[in-house]
Amino acid sequence: MVEKHFELITHFDIYVFLIPFLPLIASVITLIFGKKYFRDKAHLLPILALFFSFLLSIKVLIEVINGKIYHFDVYSWMFAYDLKVGLGFLVDPLSAAMITMVTCVSFLIHVYSVGYMGGDPGYYRFFAYISLFTFFMLMLVLSNNLAQLYLGWEGVGLCSYFLIGYWYKKKSASDAGKKAFIVNRIGDFGFALGIFLAFYFLGTLYYNEIFPKLPEISNKYMGVLGYEVHVPFLIAFLLFCGAMGKSAQFPLHVWLPDAMEGPTPVSALIHAATMVTAGVFMVCRLNPLFELSNAMMFIVAMIGAFTCFMSATIAPTQFDIKRVIAYSTLSQLGYMFMACGVGAFIAGMFHLLTHAYFKALLFLGAGSVIHLLHHAPDPNDIRIMGGLKKYMPITFWTLLIASLSISGIPGFAGFFSKDEILAQAFFSKYPWGKFIWFIGWVVAAMTAFYTFRIIFRAFYGEFKGWEYIHGKPHESPRVMTIPLIFLAIGSIVAGWIGIPKALGGRNHIEEFLAPVLGHPRIVHEVSHSTEYLLIALSILAGLFGIFLAWLVYIKKPELETFFSKKVKPLYTFLFRKWYFDELYHYTVVIPTLWISRKIVVAITDNTIIEGIVNGSARLVNITGKGLRVLHTGIINHYSTFILIGIIVYLLVYLYLK
Amino acid sequence: MPSLEQYIILAIILFLIGLFGFLTRRNLIVILISIEIMLNGLIVLFAAISHFTKDISGYIVVFFIIAMAAAEAAIGLSLVVLIYKRLRTVYSDEITTFKG
Amino acid sequence: MEFLLNNLLSWIIWFPLIGILIILFTDRKHESFIKWISLITILIDTILSIYLLANFDFSKTGFQFVEKRRWVEFINSYYFLGVDGISILFVPLSTLTTLLCILISWDSIKELVKEFYLALLFTNIAMVGTFCALDLVIFYLFWEAILIPMYLIIGIWGGPRRIYSTIKFFLYTFFGSVFMLIGIIYLYMKFGTFDYTMLVNQKYPFLVESLLFLGFAIAFAIKVPMWPVHTWLPDAHTEAPTAGSVILAGILIKLGGYGFIRFALPMFPQAALYFSKLMLVLSVIAIIYAGLVCLVEDDLKRLIAYSSVSHMGFVTLGIFSFNPIAMKGAILQMINHGIVTGALFMCVGIVYDRTHSRSISYYGGLATSMPIYAAFFMVFTLASIGLPGTNGFIGEFLILLGTFLSNKTMVVFGALGVIIGAAYMLWLYQRVFFQELNPNVAKMPPLKINELVALILPTILVFWIGLYPNLFLNFMTTSVQNLLMNLK
Repeated sequence: MVEKHFELITHFDIYVFLIPFLPLIASVITLIFGKKYFRDKAHLLPILALFFSFLLSIKVLIEVINGKIYHFDVYSWMFAYDLKVGLGFLVDPLSAAMITMVTCVSFLIHVYSVGYMGGDPGYYRFFAYISLFTFFMLMLVLSNNLAQLYLGWEGVGLCSYFLIGYWYKKKSASDAGKKAFIVNRIGDFGFALGIFLAFYFLGTLYYNEIFPKLPEISNKYMGVLGYEVHVPFLIAFLLFCGAMGKSAQFPLHVWLPDAMEGPTPVSALIHAATMVTAGVFMVCRLNPLFELSNAMMFIVAMIGAFTCFMSATIAPTQFDIKRVIAYSTLSQLGYMFMACGVGAFIAGMFHLLTHAYFKALLFLGAGSVIHLLHHAPDPNDIRIMGGLKKYMPITFWTLLIASLSISGIPGFAGFFSKDEILAQAFFSKYPWGKFIWFIGWVVAAMTAFYTFRIIFRAFYGEFKGWEYIHGKPHESPRVMTIPLIFLAIGSIVAGWIGIPKALGGRNHIEEFLAPVLGHPRIVHEVSHSTEYLLIALSILAGLFGIFLAWLVYIKKPELETFFSKKVKPLYTFLFRKWYFDELYHYTVVIPTLWISRKIVVAITDNTIIEGIVNGSARLVNITGKGLRVLHTGIINHYSTFILIGIIVYLLVYLYLK
Repeated sequence: MPSLEQYIILAIILFLIGLFGFLTRRNLIVILISIEIMLNGLIVLFAAISHFTKDISGYIVVFFIIAMAAAEAAIGLSLVVLIYKRLRTVYSDEITTFKG
Repeated sequence: MEFLLNNLLSWIIWFPLIGILIILFTDRKHESFIKWISLITILIDTILSIYLLANFDFSKTGFQFVEKRRWVEFINSYYFLGVDGISILFVPLSTLTTLLCILISWDSIKELVKEFYLALLFTNIAMVGTFCALDLVIFYLFWEAILIPMYLIIGIWGGPRRIYSTIKFFLYTFFGSVFMLIGIIYLYMKFGTFDYTMLVNQKYPFLVESLLFLGFAIAFAIKVPMWPVHTWLPDAHTEAPTAGSVILAGILIKLGGYGFIRFALPMFPQAALYFSKLMLVLSVIAIIYAGLVCLVEDDLKRLIAYSSVSHMGFVTLGIFSFNPIAMKGAILQMINHGIVTGALFMCVGIVYDRTHSRSISYYGGLATSMPIYAAFFMVFTLASIGLPGTNGFIGEFLILLGTFLSNKTMVVFGALGVIIGAAYMLWLYQRVFFQELNPNVAKMPPLKINELVALILPTILVFWIGLYPNLFLNFMTTSVQNLLMNLK
């Protein structure tokens, strides 16, 4: 840990410091003065701030590419005996890559929101919140210690709460925000315990002090409830609980679909590109810790795989366009965790970066359509869309690019990153690699299917939402379509930094991130022929998915209801999201409230404890009433008592003598 | 002259008669009379003891008791009169204003 | 200046007496004058207490600003005052809280105004005195002295069930204090002195020590309040007027925690260690139990009252872990809780003045009619659930981390409180501020200047302590270290 005194501050320090703090300042000013002074120009400060942050991030990125790795503390945040925690920054390839992506995507979404949120009464609030969110995300990514990570972690959760529940008058929106925060908190409960445990065994919370100490604990065991548990496993597992919450992996995935209550730019920014990726980021950042425990790697991979598969089965059944994309996000996050779980951290990060672009694009494109239909009772419903290809060309083409990217069609970014994951999984030194590859391969086909389902339903066929719009459907304003175009370029180009050697590329990203994330954990040298075979297989999967979607939604529309009618129970199971919401409601929510109401309040508090308290008062009361009987008012009785008293006294006196 | 024991027995009997009346009788005036009898008993006791031990302290006590009895009777009777004026009764079981 | 510095503690304690005297001789109908006098008096008192902070020497380990005067020599009791790193932060907390109470009650107390402000000023005297006292008689005196004005405040200006609540409050806390009194008297009989600095170093046979500890502990446990002796708190808090609740939650409760740290632990270390397991368990029960009750409460004030119990559970958890980090966290959390929960009660008072309803179902959509107020309430909600960046996080984090180093299982359960806390506070916020605008609260008068100031001050502190806690933590470093060293 390097303490920086004012004399030694360099330009670089200030740049790094400004990257998160420009959005923070913009956010605070907009929040306090936005309502009165900025009104509908409230977007100015945040957009300016984000733009400069983006430029600064590029500068930092260039410096890091040239080899600079830097960490410093801004000031000492908490200091108590052995615990020293500061607010500081760590600039290395991982964080540089992240901040560039975060500021870029955030900036584009800020611009987009000018169009999407125009006219909304809480305009200033929206921009203040997404700037604040960007601040927290940057703090999370740039942090150099676990406590600051937690600060950013909770901070993005907070902003997510505000933004999901942005239209707070709607009960469903407020509920969704609350659900998100609480499910996240459950994850954070584990996360906090992980931090404590890390401090207990490693004595520090700073990354650069933790990593050298890891070998010390690599063989340590700890007694938990009678079992001997591997310490690195326990720490990693607890920290991973937080990741499960934040990145919406099973079993804490239930908040993400509900989070679609928020405005679409929010979904794009938070629930596609940034916040939900924080979990992946954390696992990658702490990869030395996770790799100490094979059991943990297995769990990460399996949870990723399960989430990936589960959401891919739910997505094709949903009619809400945003929910489909939400489940798609869950699935792609599953990919990233699967990558981490087989040691392919670089591949996971690569996919994180490409996914940010095409997923944000998918959301914003969907937002474009939703914006058109915003007078409808449910503007997200794909059943009222259709035939928009000729009315909204830019939206169509950019969405098409995003869909091709996510389906893993060659040339597009998604192809390179997804393929990297699949290849690394197949050749991984971890025994479950091939199984992961298999899941990834199957889901790739499903991904292509449900994504193109949306494309075909919304842009081909007949438009069905005439009653909800004025005149003809039209393209969105430029302030919305230009970010779409930029994101589309990103969805293609972002993959080119990772062209694998097998296809003639230099795999820049692997070189770039290797110092931090290590080299691929593969068994031995890969044979190019197998690699080509795998590539061919994944292309086939993608094409198959697209073909199937074309078949069902364009060629033979009657097939659409085939599945839902023939296998009704299975269909219902998938449509109802595997009944998780119901499960949690009945096993967690209802019992807790029941216990609270019936037992805690009614029985222990009111009856037992209050019974004792009020009971003692009543006891005094009754005793008094009882003794009162002796006060008859009749003199003769009183004299008798006096006599008895005297006799007793005499007897006692004589006895004591 | 009767012996000391006989005087003491007399004194005790007088005291007990007075005590019994004090505790038992309903009429306030009879209670006062019983008090007088008790005091009387005490007088007899102290006088007898003093006579047989040739110590004049007993006689002095007797004087105190007589004086005190007179004063107490005076106050007691005035209180009874006042009580009667107020509550129109002299029976202790009907005077329960201090009940509870 | 020298005179002021040498007797600073006495000045801070007794300064409101000037205000009291002025008010006593003012005619009852000059209400505005009375309020201003009390405001100015407490303002000066607050400035004095901050001056106290500024002159604190961080390097010394013992007590500072010590005053020892002859008082009742017959029983060897002196007027003995002093502060150290543990107690010093409570002095400005007390004066500041009284200041906020005066601000918040400006327009809401309408009858017997003179008596009310007299009671407030008197409470301030007693509170500050308790934190500074080093002689057991003086301590006990101030400790009990607080009860009387509080009894009156709750009983006269309180809600519908005020008589029951205030008598319950008085008798319950008094009951505990009696055991402490027995302990104090025993100590005097044994050692012939009430001097705290001498009694700290005594050693006792284990049984005696345990009984003494229990005697003191009962008094403090009821004050904190710990589970299961917590039931006076919801009634007292709900029926008290706003200022009463703020003082109760803000300061009175802290007396219990302070008592543990100052008296029960250092004077009876073996017993404290022996009973620590029990205390930890009770703390964890308090955290979770009170949290669960909050989930199903409909009364706004009662909910916040139970949340107090939950937060104080964290504090006692930190205290009885005997870990320096946790101890620092516990002391800081007491300060934090005073600020945050005091502010929450003020918020409730603001809205209660307008609607005269404490029922959550009466409200809804308040963010639309009172947006600035909603923002403040959100800040305090976040501080209450321990969001990083707010003071609540620092306290909770330090406590949980520190306790974890000594006792892992307790922390696992205690940390569940973090989840439950978020659940009930956010649900409360949603039902009151979000969702459809309830016609009951459609037309709400805006915030007045005194309410605004009363809310801004805690907000500043929330973020100040949350982002730069070292300024506040540094006070405690040497004292806590000292305390725990002697405990080993």
